[in-house]
Amino acid sequence: MNYSDTDIRKHRHTDGKPNLRRFHQARWDEPVVMELSAEGERGILIPEAEQAVRDAAANVYDTLPSSMRRKNAPALPEIAQNRVLRHYLRLSQENLGADLQVDIGQGTCTMKYNPKINDQLAYSPKMAELHPLQDESTVQGILEVMHEFEKIIKAISGMDKASFQPRGGSAAIYANAAVIKKYHDAQGNTHKDEIITTMLSHPSDAACAKLFGFKIITLYPDDDGYPDIEALKAAVSERTAGLMITNPEDTGIFNPRIQEFVDIVHEVGGLCAYDQANANGLLGITRARDAGFDLCQFNLHKTFSTPHNSGGPAVGVQAVTKELVPYLPGPLVENDNGRYYLNDDLPHGIGKVAAFYGAASVVLRAYAWVMNLGAEGLKEVAEIAVLNNNYLMGEVLKIKGSSAPWAKGKRRIEQVRYSWEELHRDTGIHSEQLGLRMADYGLHYWTSHHPYLLPEPATFEPTESYSITDMDEYVRTLKAVTEEAYSNPAIVRSAPHNCPIHKIRHDNFDDPERWAVTWRAYCRKHADSSNG
Amino acid sequence: MSTTQKKTVYPYIPNSTPQARQFMLDAVNAKSVDEFYADIPKHLKLDGLLDLPAPKLSEFGLKRHVQKLLNKNTSTEDNLSFLGGGCYQHHVPSVCDEVNQRSEFVTAYAGEPYDDHGRFQALFEYTSLMGELLEMDVVNVPVYDGFQAAATSIRMACRYTGKRKALISGAINPDKLKMITTYCQADVDIHVIPVDQKTGGLCRASLKDLLDDQTAVVYFDNPNYLGVIEDGEAICSLANEAGAVPAVAVDPISLGVLAPPANYGAKLVTGDIQPLGMHMQFGGGHAGFIASHDEPDMVMQYPSRLFGIAPTEVPGEYGFGDVAFERTSFEKRENGQEYVGTAAVLWGITAGVYLATMGPQGMQEIGEGILQRNCYAKQQLSKLPGVNVPHFDQPHFKEFVVNFDDTGKTVAEINLALQEKGIFAGHDLSADWPELGQSALYCFTEVHTQNDIDTLCQALTEVL
Amino acid sequence: MAKAIAKPMTIGLIINPVAGLGGRVGLKGSDGIDIQRRARELGGQGRGVERTISTLNSLSTASDVEILTCQGTMGEDAVKTAGLNANVVFPISPYRQPTPSDTMAAARWMVEQGVSLIVFAGGDGTARNLLDAVGDQVPVLGIPAGVKVQSAVFAISPKAAGELLSRFIQGSIRCQSSEVMDLDEEELRQQRVSARLYGYLQTPVDRCLTQGAKTRSNTSDHASALAIAEEMAGAMCPDTLYLIGPGMTTAALKEKLRIDGSLIGVDLVCNGRLIAKDVSEREILSAIDAHRGPVRLLITCIGGQGFLLGRGNPQVSPEVLNRIGFGRITVLATTSKLTALHGKPLLVDTGSSHVDRMLSGYIPVITGYRERQVYKVSDSLL
Repeated sequence: MNYSDTDIRKHRHTDGKPNLRRFHQARWDEPVVMELSAEGERGILIPEAEQAVRDAAANVYDTLPSSMRRKNAPALPEIAQNRVLRHYLRLSQENLGADLQVDIGQGTCTMKYNPKINDQLAYSPKMAELHPLQDESTVQGILEVMHEFEKIIKAISGMDKASFQPRGGSAAIYANAAVIKKYHDAQGNTHKDEIITTMLSHPSDAACAKLFGFKIITLYPDDDGYPDIEALKAAVSERTAGLMITNPEDTGIFNPRIQEFVDIVHEVGGLCAYDQANANGLLGITRARDAGFDLCQFNLHKTFSTPHNSGGPAVGVQAVTKELVPYLPGPLVENDNGRYYLNDDLPHGIGKVAAFYGAASVVLRAYAWVMNLGAEGLKEVAEIAVLNNNYLMGEVLKIKGSSAPWAKGKRRIEQVRYSWEELHRDTGIHSEQLGLRMADYGLHYWTSHHPYLLPEPATFEPTESYSITDMDEYVRTLKAVTEEAYSNPAIVRSAPHNCPIHKIRHDNFDDPERWAVTWRAYCRKHADSSNG
Repeated sequence: MSTTQKKTVYPYIPNSTPQARQFMLDAVNAKSVDEFYADIPKHLKLDGLLDLPAPKLSEFGLKRHVQKLLNKNTSTEDNLSFLGGGCYQHHVPSVCDEVNQRSEFVTAYAGEPYDDHGRFQALFEYTSLMGELLEMDVVNVPVYDGFQAAATSIRMACRYTGKRKALISGAINPDKLKMITTYCQADVDIHVIPVDQKTGGLCRASLKDLLDDQTAVVYFDNPNYLGVIEDGEAICSLANEAGAVPAVAVDPISLGVLAPPANYGAKLVTGDIQPLGMHMQFGGGHAGFIASHDEPDMVMQYPSRLFGIAPTEVPGEYGFGDVAFERTSFEKRENGQEYVGTAAVLWGITAGVYLATMGPQGMQEIGEGILQRNCYAKQQLSKLPGVNVPHFDQPHFKEFVVNFDDTGKTVAEINLALQEKGIFAGHDLSADWPELGQSALYCFTEVHTQNDIDTLCQALTEVL
Repeated sequence: MAKAIAKPMTIGLIINPVAGLGGRVGLKGSDGIDIQRRARELGGQGRGVERTISTLNSLSTASDVEILTCQGTMGEDAVKTAGLNANVVFPISPYRQPTPSDTMAAARWMVEQGVSLIVFAGGDGTARNLLDAVGDQVPVLGIPAGVKVQSAVFAISPKAAGELLSRFIQGSIRCQSSEVMDLDEEELRQQRVSARLYGYLQTPVDRCLTQGAKTRSNTSDHASALAIAEEMAGAMCPDTLYLIGPGMTTAALKEKLRIDGSLIGVDLVCNGRLIAKDVSEREILSAIDAHRGPVRLLITCIGGQGFLLGRGNPQVSPEVLNRIGFGRITVLATTSKLTALHGKPLLVDTGSSHVDRMLSGYIPVITGYRERQVYKVSDSLL
């Protein structure tokens, strides 16, 4: 066919691939909510108590001790309802949620599609309006969901019991550390005061164990990127209480000797906890229990598709073997002849790691996700996540200045830690700067946890949720940005240009005289500049 | 899979088409996906498929399946509920749901202060609005729940003072005490201040006995778990005089009428924001806050993120970022880090929307209305034969203890009978608080009408 | 804030034009007039000017900055080639080869003029000149141009130096103490390696540009060193003679113990008291002989390459190590120092291959309060 010059379509592709997106994010230049206040405006009216009720109470303030009465009304803004809504909708637009873009740049976060039907089910009053202290007979539905989902977790992990109480991945790591501590206390193993972890496991593995007074020993990766087994042998001793480890680590390289690691720690009487934050490529492929682990943990907001919610609410599932069940936090959901109940009879347990039962509405969403996919679907998730990742790696490594250190030439599981060391040496541009320039095209980009073990890191995880075209667009953009680093570093250095705001002056954040965590603190400290 | 059956193409997995799979395999020069799993030893590989229930592949089928399960629940919309005890039924303004269901917020995560400017601003506004409610200059980004906030505040106070003795009010949720005990075991010595049986408040004489110059923190809930408003000023002065940090957990929805703890001497204030616009969700609507004055030594003890406001290159433009990024207190013999992870940011944003919607008048009116309903309910309930309100003369905010010893019935029996009448009665305290006999904790908020309270009294009359 | 527009920032620039002269002709450095002549005869060329131009070309914010530099090859030529203005110039005679005293005089003059930072192109010898001339009065930034660039004051490439400089000018960067190391070139040419830690200069360092949104690393290097000191001080045993090596990390321990130790030498400590300060190998050996209880060595790795022994602490000789015993060495290092090695092992090069081999393997490194890392030690310098 013959298109004339005015055919819009031809400007959108080159050689069958989409051109760079001419993106600009919403920029509302929105004031802080306090500045919207107009005296006397109301956002909502409150149901008034009936006359008889008011009469019974007379002046309610008289019932309060004088020191407990509020003297001045809180200085909250007064804003009409539609103005509140408009403000927050503008803020929502100044945000790049995963629903809006190809979110493969936040590696380690497992950004996948959060099915809308699951949200809708969770918003149902039959879920949203349940009080946690209702009689068990009135919450059989949600208890059944939790019990059924526990079975699913048991099948996926090979473990014997699970708790959904932790309200995030780190909270589940914390709960695992608590169980390790409690177990050794119960055994009288007072000499066991060391936890071994690895440099590329999540920083919370070390931080949580430390909360229980454990000393932390960290192992570095060997030349293949696996945690160094010789270092483990040097670290392990009678004092070893446990091993807390991820596999694959954020490198996406599966440690084939994982069972040896577990055996070495078991030999000295330590417990092994598997941080399964990176489980997305392994669903239905291999299980924690089979490698000998005693405990493990999953993040429902990663692998099991529940929304990240800007950073929670979330659920970290804690799963353990039979031997460790007595140490779990209570209550556990049990089934007695078709009647579901909450079992809080755990005298040796770690007690509580959160209020009530954690975020049950998150468990509901995860349950719905698995029920939609089934065993075949979960395997498809894992396989496509891995296939996507290896396809993406092939494309990323074609870009000048990139590399995938460790295990050269090997396949990866679900994500890759790349390095832009060469690009930095050539251009002076840092990985973070590439990330801010990627934002100019409406894409996320994540380096890695600090401190950087690899120079100039970047971590991409395409999950199963992105199509070939999606990945091509990401790589196309990444290539363009890196080319800019070589040809026009100034534009990268001064990025972002197309975001809601311009470069932030960071010097305000570390100076106690100038930092302001609230508007009232800002007004107090910067009264002069607000006049100018 | 039988040969006649077509391979399932999953709507959530774009590349689950056979064509896409083959294209990518070719592109990376692999024969099958098994090659990617070559590092997994054979004996660790799962044979066959996971043992899972048959899937509901269609969205409709899934919806039917889950709805059927949920329909087994009876919610607080179906029944009249007087349950409290840490999770509260309040009206959730429509704007709160409208904002927290926006997919830009729901599906955001860890973007930068630039591309996720809206999230940063919304959180800064949340802390700012909380700061006004609490009259404190520093408020953190939400932690998991009020339990977590309380436990962290105790550790913060210990680091701040360099001491390890903590006095914890016995009039707190027993589960919260369990959480604190586990969380603080390595570095804090916990002593529980007994409850004064007469008042339902913490026993001040015992507090005086326990307080010494080694005490790092005096922690109490106000209103406390039994619904009693403590004399915050008296307790905080005792703590301050002894050089201990007074740490108070407060119900934020009470602060339109109750004095913010900062005004009666608290140095650390925590609580749960579930009442501020979160549905109860069987306990899924919780998020915790920690607040303090803007004293650098205390700010450095926060393990959680603090978002600050700053100028950008463009005059008049607001930017946001982490304040005091490098925080530590090593000199006090403990790493200040604790841990930080995905917690409950969406509920923080929602609580901000709630406070912006309510405004000063809304907060005041809701507080007054709750006080009025509790006065009325207290009077009405105590009129019933055999029913006593043991701390009748004490000030209460939105819940109080009701005792049924003189009825000769257990709370379990009464509650079951009320449930048959469509009422979720007050939470049974008899197991956790044997000293209170057959007692229950009844909660009344702005959602309760006079008719609701009268219906409860009528139903109680019938079952007792 | 307002200060950025008030007055352009002033930066000093000094090029050692002969830096790198000896490298390409195998002379292991360019210190000394004779060596420089020899290098030129062999066809050697200095790299300072060319590398500085590369740094200046990658500056994005040149308009916000006033450059003070030296005449001719020591700065002005490079600035002009890069299309910038050198507003004020320190005179250097064009009729003779520049010397270290020119570098030092120029640096002192720049401090007097109130520069915010001195950028220099050179090697470890040039860094030492800066250390002698300015100490910690102003921060400095090294453009790697010499043969020996062991000091931690150098950026990893000229472009990277440009980037650091740009960010320094924007005010979005902070400074920290960085080691100035140097090998003795004369000994190096005689196939002996003997390096010293000369001191510390303030250098702008990379910090993540955008604050990590998912996690944060919340410890500054100094705080980490204090935590290490806390842990180590708690683990010290009575009646044990401690040899405490040079460096910032071990200095924090000395601070914790409230002893007035040396920053760049080895100190002897017993029962919390300083026995002797900045001791030589001979003094160490006689102290070990005289001590009746156990002896332990506390050291940190020095410089960017991760040298544990054999650079910066020549006093701790193979003889000393043999006498202490290999199991009695404790390494103290911050996590950021270890991660900056990007997985490369800690190195030992004591001069005795036997001792080096005995030291190789896995060693626990104290990295914080209740924190250790098990790290690989290698005697292979490749």
